[in-house]
Parts: sequence; C-alpha cells; structure tokens
Amino acid sequence: MELTVSPAPHIHGKRTVSQCMYNVVLALLPAFAVSLYFFGIGALIVTLSSILSCVIIEYLIQKYLLKEKPTIGDGSAILTGFLLGLNLPSNLPIWIVVVGAIAAIGIAKMSFGGLGNNLFNPALVGRVFLLISFPTYMTQWPLPGTSRWNYTDAETGATLLSKLKEEGYQWIDQVSMTDLWIGNQGGSLGEVGAIALLLGFAFLLYRRIISWHIPVSVLATVFLFSFALNLGGGESLQDSHIWQSAFDFALIQLLSGGLLLGAIYMATDYVTSPMTSKGMVIYGIGIGILTVVIRQWGGYPEGVSFAILIMNAFTPLINNYIKPKRFGRK
Amino acid sequence: MLKTFRIGGIHPEENKLTAQCPVTEAAIPRQVALTLNQHIGAPANCIVKKGDTVKVGTLVAEAGGFVSANIHSPVSGIVSKIDKTANAFGIYTQTIVIDTDGDEWEESIDRSTELNDKIALSTDEIIQRIAQCGIVGLGGATFPTHVKLTPPKEFTPTVLIINATECEPYLTDDHALMLESPEQILIGCRILMKAIGVEQAYIGIENNKKDAIALLAEKASKYPGIEIVALRTRYPQGGEKQLIDAILHKQVANGALPVSTGAIVQNVGTAFAVYEAVQKNKPLIDRIVTVTGDGVTRPGNYRVRLGMPIGELIEIAGGLPAEVSKIILGGPMMGKAVSNLEAPIPKGCSGILMLNERHAHRGPISPCIRCGQCVSVCPMGLEPYLLAKLSENHLFEKAEKESITACLECGCCAYSCPSNRPILDYIRIGKSAVNQIIRSRKQS
Amino acid sequence: MVTAIIILSIIGLVSASLLYIISRKFHVEEDPRIDEIESILPGANCGGCGYAGCRNFAEQCVNATSLDNLLCPVGGNEVMKKIAPILGLKAVEQAPRIAVVKCNGSCENRPATSHYEGAHSCAVVAALYTGESNCNYGCLGEGDCAAACEFGGITIDPVTRLPHIDPNICIACGSCVKACPRNLIELRRKQEPRIYVACNNKDKGAIARKACAVACIGCGKCAKNCPNGAISLTDNLAYINDSLCLLCKECVDGCPTHAIQIDKTTDGHSVLTKEKESALC
Repeated sequence: MELTVSPAPHIHGKRTVSQCMYNVVLALLPAFAVSLYFFGIGALIVTLSSILSCVIIEYLIQKYLLKEKPTIGDGSAILTGFLLGLNLPSNLPIWIVVVGAIAAIGIAKMSFGGLGNNLFNPALVGRVFLLISFPTYMTQWPLPGTSRWNYTDAETGATLLSKLKEEGYQWIDQVSMTDLWIGNQGGSLGEVGAIALLLGFAFLLYRRIISWHIPVSVLATVFLFSFALNLGGGESLQDSHIWQSAFDFALIQLLSGGLLLGAIYMATDYVTSPMTSKGMVIYGIGIGILTVVIRQWGGYPEGVSFAILIMNAFTPLINNYIKPKRFGRK
Repeated sequence: MLKTFRIGGIHPEENKLTAQCPVTEAAIPRQVALTLNQHIGAPANCIVKKGDTVKVGTLVAEAGGFVSANIHSPVSGIVSKIDKTANAFGIYTQTIVIDTDGDEWEESIDRSTELNDKIALSTDEIIQRIAQCGIVGLGGATFPTHVKLTPPKEFTPTVLIINATECEPYLTDDHALMLESPEQILIGCRILMKAIGVEQAYIGIENNKKDAIALLAEKASKYPGIEIVALRTRYPQGGEKQLIDAILHKQVANGALPVSTGAIVQNVGTAFAVYEAVQKNKPLIDRIVTVTGDGVTRPGNYRVRLGMPIGELIEIAGGLPAEVSKIILGGPMMGKAVSNLEAPIPKGCSGILMLNERHAHRGPISPCIRCGQCVSVCPMGLEPYLLAKLSENHLFEKAEKESITACLECGCCAYSCPSNRPILDYIRIGKSAVNQIIRSRKQS
Repeated sequence: MVTAIIILSIIGLVSASLLYIISRKFHVEEDPRIDEIESILPGANCGGCGYAGCRNFAEQCVNATSLDNLLCPVGGNEVMKKIAPILGLKAVEQAPRIAVVKCNGSCENRPATSHYEGAHSCAVVAALYTGESNCNYGCLGEGDCAAACEFGGITIDPVTRLPHIDPNICIACGSCVKACPRNLIELRRKQEPRIYVACNNKDKGAIARKACAVACIGCGKCAKNCPNGAISLTDNLAYINDSLCLLCKECVDGCPTHAIQIDKTTDGHSVLTKEKESALC
C-alpha cells in the first residue's frame, strides 16, 4: 500500500478563494436590490452586461492569449464585473460598459499577471478609464424612482456632490437625510443605498471576510476631516448652530457619492490593500484624506475612486514598512 | 474571560473522538525496536550486544552527551539485532531490536499501584533520577527533561507551568491521562517544583476538557502551590511561548530562552513520567498513544510499550481502515506523515492519526490573493506569505531580517490560506537555511 | 512670459550644476580593466565561477596575481584567453567539465513506496522523509536542479522522473550541484564517453539493493578489476576518478547491478547505453 506523505499541517480550514469572492457578491445584493428599485431596468442591464463581459473577457484572454487553464470559476471576474457595474450610471450604453470591462480585466488585471498580481483595483480602473474617456456619459445621472422602465433615455439630473460643488453649501439644510439613508438620490447605481451597503458590511464582518480596519478608518477620517473643515469656516464656535451644520455636512459627505461602496467593498479588495491591520488603518486614513481633498478642492465633485487608486499605489510601500507586531518585541 | 495567548491563532475543528475513552493497556509487542536518536540531541550509545538477555527497564543505551537521553528496554527478552533499520519516515537509523520473551521486570522498579506522595529525594537526586530514567518531553518535542530542569546559571526559575493544553485536534492522550492519574500528575508536579526550586506551579488546561479541569482542581487542594488554569481553546496554545504568554502574560523575547521569563514548561505526560521515575524508579518504557481517525474500528487511548511497531498498534485498534490514505504520528497540525508502518513507536509519539482518501490530500493551489489571513493568524506576528516567497526564491538574508527563525512551524498559515498555498513547506526550508547561515557565521 | 523663461533657465542651471557637483564629489576611482573584462564576460551572472556575478569575477581577476584558480565556466578557455592579455597574465587551459547525475533510480528501478504531496521542491522532501522510494540517497525528482539551472540545461524526464542534463547547454557552472539536497550531481571531465557510478547509496549492499535495482552495493568488483586503479570504495560506494579512468569499460560490464553508466553525446542528446526506461510511475 502506498501511503500519502506530505508536510504538516494535514488539515485545512474551510475557506477558499471563490468562497471569499462569492461572499462579497452576496453582501452586495441588498445594495443591488436598492438600485433595481430606484433605477429599474437600466440597473439590471448595466450590471448584467458588466458581469458577463468581464467573465467573457477573462476567459478569452486566459484561453487564447495566455493559453492557460481559464480560472473564471474562482469568482474574481464575477466580483470585478459586479463592482464595475455598481460603479456606473444606470443609463450607460452597453458598448461603453464593455469598454470599461476590457480596461478592468484586460489592462488592470490580466496584463499584471492575473489574480493576485494586479497593483490597482480592476473595477476602479475600469470606472476611472470610462470617466476620463466618456465624461459626458459618465456624469449623466438618472433620477431615482422616476423612469424605471427607461434605459438610456432615462431622465437625468445632478448628484448631490456636484450640486454642492457648483452651488455652494448654503442649502444643505434642505437635504433629506432619510433619502440618503434609503438611497433616493442620483449617482452610480450601486452607491446610493447607505443602509443596504452597511447591511452588507455587517454581513462581511460576521463572515470574517474583511476586517473593520479599512472601512472604519476611511469613514472616520472623512467624517472628522469634513467636520473640522466646516467648523473652521464658521464664525464663532459658541454658536450651537455651527456644530449642528458641521455635523450635517460631515454626515452628507459620508452618505452621498461612492464613499460607502468604495470604503466597504473596493478599498478592502484583498489584492490591492495592505496585509497588516496597522497598514490597513494607514491606508484607510490616506483614502479618507484624499477623498475629502479631491471633493473639496479638486476638479471632480467625487474623489473616492481616485483616492483608492492612489492609495493602491502606496500599498506595496506600506507592506514593506509597516510590519505586524512581532511576538516578544516591544 | 478565559486566558489565552495574545497574537494570532486559530480554532480548527476539535475532532476529539476519543475524549471519553479510558486508558487501555495494549498487549506486549512480540518484538520491539529502539532507535538511538528518538530524542533531540546526540544519539544514545548502545551498551548491549546481540544475544544479551534484558529485562523490562534494563538500560540498553546510554546518553551520548549532555543533551541526550538514556534508553531502556520496554520488554524482557533477547537482543536479536543491532543494525540500521528504516524509521517511520524511511530513514535508516541505528536501532536495537529485542525479541520479547515473557515479561520480567528489573527488581529495582516498584510495580505497586499504591500512591506515594512523600518526596524523599533531594533536588540533585531528583534530576539525576530523571536523567537515569531517560525521561524526555512527551508533548512531542522529546527534549531531554533533565536538561530543561537545569537552566543556565544566569536564569532563576520562579514558576513551573505544566502544559496540559493538548491543543492539537484529535489527540486525547493527555486528557485520558489526567482523568486516569490526576494525583500522580500532581505529585509529579510537586517533584518538578522541588527540582527547580519554585513554590508556584500552574497547570494550563484548555476549556474543552472541563472534566479534567474539575478533577484536577478538586485534587489540587491537597498540594500547595499548584493552581489549575482553564484556557480558551485555541491553537497553538501548547506552544511553549504561547502558553507562557497565556498564563503569565509575558512574551519571551526573540532568540531568548523561555526560562528568561522565569517559567519552566513541562508537558503533563512528562510530569506523570517524572512521578513514576522518582517515586517508583520506573524508567520511560511506555506511554499513552491516541489511535484515532477516519474509519478506525477501535479508536482509543492505549498505553503501549515504546518500540512497538506502528502497524501492530493499528492492528490492536482494529486494523487499517479500508480507505486509509495517510497515517500521521502526532496531531494533524504538527504531526509527521509516515511511510513505513513496520517502524517502531518512538518516545515522542502522542498519537496515530489515520486519514482517509478524502481528508488526506491537499486542495488545488491557486495564486496568492494577498488576503492577509496568514499574517493575522500567525502566533509569532510574522508575515508567512512573505517568508514563503523569500524562501522559495532563496533570498535567505532578507528572510533572516524578517525574523524567519522565530517561526514555530505551527501551520496556522497553511491551514488558513484560502489558496491552499504550501506556505509552511517553503518557510521550513528557508528557516533551516537561515539557521545554517547563522551557525556558519558564528563559527567564522 | 519673460519671467517664465528666466525661472526655467535658472532651474535648469541650478540642477545642472547640482548634478555636476554630485558626480564629481561621489566619483569612484575604479580600475578601467574591470569594465573591460566585464564586457568580455558572457554576462550570465550565474555565479558558476564562485563569485557574485560577472562584475565581481572581473574584480577578482584584476586583483589576482595568477589566473590558475579563476575560470568563467560559461565562457570557458576562450574567454579566459581573451582576459589574460589585458592583465598581462597567462591563462591556464582547463579541461571542460559537465554535470552528471549520480542516480539511476527511475520509477522502474526503484519501487515507489509512498506518494508525496506538497511543495514541489526536493529540499522540502529531503527535510521530510526518505522520498517516494526506500532509498535514502537517491534522486527525489522534484526538480530543484532544473530550477537552479540558469541556462535551461536540465529537464526532469517525465517517464523516469530523473534529471536529464543537456550536454550542449551544460557549462558546468555548478548551480545544480549546490541545489541538490542529496548531493547527487557531480562535475566531471567532459569526455566521450563518460563513465561513472550512477549511484550515491552509502548503505550496506543488502539495504541498497532492496531499495533500488541498480544501486551500487559496494561489492568492490570494479575496484579490483580496474587496470589503472581509478576506482575507490568508501562507505559501500564505488567512485571512479575521472582523471585516471582509461575508458576501458571493464567496470561497466562487470558491475552486477549495472550501477556504472556510460554516458555518450549523440545529436545533442546524452544517451545512456543501458536498456531504455519505460513504464510510467
């Protein structure tokens, strides 16, 4: 009888790569449901075409260009496609979605060597590629709940953040916080429903797919930084109204735009984020600061994607210098 | 909140199938084989010749240096061969083979089961007796116990820790021993305390052995200075450094001896062997071995004579299961898979684990997705993914800077890796290469 | 417009002078011959010469008083002859060498007794146990030597699971010798044919024979029969000294276990004259 011999350990935990990926997909479903409710058929078309094109492109590249065994079963292409879809406006024509998928999978992922080797988050590269290449298409935001059965001809309007940028801050009192929590706002189709996104966050924490470090440090930084910015602009700190409006302003910064989607699902991408918890906090704070800086002083109303991509570039540096606390060292 | 160590760790499925099995005496083997290097340190020197008659407990090989251990005959009979034979891993090593004939013991051994709680020997006599009886660490490390009880002069031990965590899945030999002989263990603990001159001892037991904790706590009231500590079930709590951290909240500095924290750690099985050696003058000739795994018909905790062929013990436990594909000496996390079942059971064997076709194989390897799981479970605070990569690429100097030598080889990283990467396989060769570099640097 | 031009020119000037100052200040005086020799060297940086890369070897040449112990195995005697006049030294002609594997433990010759599963590295297997056969000394077949060869000169034969060294590529740099955890690879004189003991088993004959059909059992017959005294026997293992071997093949025919190999180069392939291997593991 031939026995099998291998080095210890002889047992293995239950987690696999595809399980991690599918858990994130699962966590995104509530947010997707919210987008279906507010944006209707367009959300469905954009998301499905994004997932399909990402999977197909990865398959084609692996099979015919790299001539290796396709690994689309690991779920990473599905997740990239899903995230890319959620980061697009729901009235985007399919051909632009496909171009985005090519940028995401072809340029950002496969040309670096496939899963595990990419420096930048593929879905975000795809989104930013489209934002720069097709600025008009990418900044026409369908109004929530108005034209559920229209696709590219849906009625559009500005997002909250671009309104803030163009018209100033005097009208923030009129913003309905309830709408922000449930997702009744314009924007990329997956980023609107704050409660749904937080629900997914709770699920990911419960299943231990991600740790709290990155999302919490991103959100806390954005909140505190925006809060401080608005306070600094006020006249007198004794005035209780100042505190209230600064708080509202900071909360709007949290709940609008792609911050929650970015902080919970994109910044936490295993491959492009740091390995140690200390590193994750530094990375998160970096994203938070860059987001506020771009939103406040940059050319774009929204800066989460850029902030995450910039910090992606710092990840190898963080991994190199931020070491875990070694046993027995002060 | 139960105590546990502070960095990393995992909680694999416990699978303690034999937890409620009492200790069973295994039949005396027809033939035993004693390898001369079954402990850490220098191999022992054979002092018998082919054809010599030996009794149970007769010294057959003498310690070959300070860090080495005596070996005694576990059976009575005739030395039939002194030659190289293949050990469990197929490596040919010098072995004494004894054919059994009856069961005649050396007269000096007290075979009564009466409890003897009077410690008559002095400190030096105790350590001398332990060395004579060939006692080694029975948790698996097989480090000679008398060496561990005489730390370098600059360190003064302040506390004794008895390791009864048994954090490896499947294994229950320590558990069964605690339920069977609690008082002997406690007396053994008192003897060890006297040997190193301390007044305080802790017995660390993981909380998945509540009956053993309760039993020992009840009996411990009679023995001053011994405290039973229930620990949260967590692997690798049985690692010496992890256990000291869990109980004393002190971390051994990198490269330092554990005794630098004032603690000396001994396994619970060792404490029992020390009791038998000091109070009954019985050398280390038997031990409890858990036989367990998939499809084993009579799994249990067997007291076996050392040197029994592995295959013979498996026969006693009901024979090889039909689907068996891997047999492991020790637990599933740190045990070693064997290739030769004719080889003898050594002193450090705490269990024989059999895995079937479904559990014996590793999953398909996929690329590292940098999830950081290995970093977060590493109990030494290392970065296993990095160490594995550096070792694979032979970048040993860089690996040394990343503290590769601190690795315990506990396997938490490879266990948790979602990509099934052979992280520890590579770290092990990197670690031995770095140790070699350090050694040659010291020499020059 | 004018200010912009002025500012840019100033920045340009300042950086240029900075660069100049730095390059002067940190200039390292180096023997120009090092560069010259390095340019002659093949630039493989294989370390086969025993030094860390080609430049290091060039430095060693410049500092050396004779070229006796310095040889670039990749470039061989030709390169050394070009280097010698630069240094005003004499190149010593050295016989070309080739790596040979001292194991013929194919799947057919040594029965597999276990199945290994784990990282594909001989070093890992060697640290773990005896390997897939009962031989404690034989080839483990995981290809550490093939991975170590910078030139792609070693492939693991899928049928025999033994390394195959391409004599047209092998320049005897020795990286495979260092990589093999069982020390099975030896650099021997490159001659036609090459005769060597393809076994490294130091166990007693009975144990060695039980593990492998073509093991050297240390019977000493070859040593007795060798007309030139080229064969010695240590630790139950015969060794043929290649500088004394007359290639008479007396030992090859006399070896009871066929442990002695004749290795020939034909059409760029090294061919063992012994019977062909077959049967997958």
